[in-house]
Amino acid sequence: MTKALDKNIEYSDFNNQSYSSLEQVLMNDFQHDFPLTSQPFHDIAERYSVDVAKIIAIYEKLISEGAISRIGPVIKPNVIGASLLAALLVPEEKLHEVAEMINAYPEVNHNYEREHKFNLWFVITAADEKRLQIILNEIKEKTGYQLLRLPLEEAFHIDLGFKLKWNQH
Amino acid sequence: MEPALNINGLDEVEYQLIASIQNGLPITARPYAEVSNKLGVSEEEVVERISSLIKRGVFKRFGIVVRHHELGYRENAMVVWDIADKDVQTMGNKIKTYPFITLCYRRPRQLPEWRYNLFCMIHGKSRDEVTQLLQEMISENDWCDMPHEVLFSKRRFKQCAANYISQPGIKT
Repeated sequence: MTKALDKNIEYSDFNNQSYSSLEQVLMNDFQHDFPLTSQPFHDIAERYSVDVAKIIAIYEKLISEGAISRIGPVIKPNVIGASLLAALLVPEEKLHEVAEMINAYPEVNHNYEREHKFNLWFVITAADEKRLQIILNEIKEKTGYQLLRLPLEEAFHIDLGFKLKWNQH
Repeated sequence: MEPALNINGLDEVEYQLIASIQNGLPITARPYAEVSNKLGVSEEEVVERISSLIKRGVFKRFGIVVRHHELGYRENAMVVWDIADKDVQTMGNKIKTYPFITLCYRRPRQLPEWRYNLFCMIHGKSRDEVTQLLQEMISENDWCDMPHEVLFSKRRFKQCAANYISQPGIKT
């Protein structure tokens, strides 16, 4: 993740023009229904009449650049393990230090600074509820800051993919 | 970490399968075969089990997961609303119909510090775009009086796939 963070700077002039039309299609068209066949990249290649090696090379590039995080499942929250959104009220000068401490938990998968009195927002996904609460209690004890525990009660809409609009800026 | 527990209605093979693909398939000619070799099952079984996990709703989807920020969608706003409990469901179901909404969840209030019980996420290429999308949604539905706050993201300290299952010997 540190790798991706470091890349933010390099991406300052990064825009949609950097992607070929094939790359754009490969990012948009397989967010759902990635082929569940023996040779999925081969099947994709056939659909666009290009060489399979080219498809594989493009996906490898998109993943290494960070445009794609993975090809895989988006797992329904709380079906496996226990997850929770938490927020912490951190003094500005301590924010970086506290964020690093929280990032050190492998169970933390998102961690953002947001514009609010509660300025550090993170998602924890742990093996079970017990482990989840242990982590939260540790964070609370280590920092002493005000902590919000905001478990998911009802999902109206989960990440169902995202149509990228290439022509707009 | 104890697969035998199986509190999630997953069997041992599914548990191992999720552990090995939660961070993505290998990008090779036969990715499911590669996964199956690690698990000691057939390629067909891997494919069938993924299909089954999709059908059962354990996987909301299976495919490309893009990273918004890297693709120019630099701004993300978490919009939080204080909505009467009886109205949350109707509003959540309305919000989710907008294509720019990536998430919409009900969460508990934490009074007195936190009054908001409905959360949604908007991704956009600029702050102006996100604000405009939100304003359109608010005016189209007459939500002007609904108490809400917009929490734009600033620094991103971490973003990765959740490790639902961690096991020794499996790289996550």
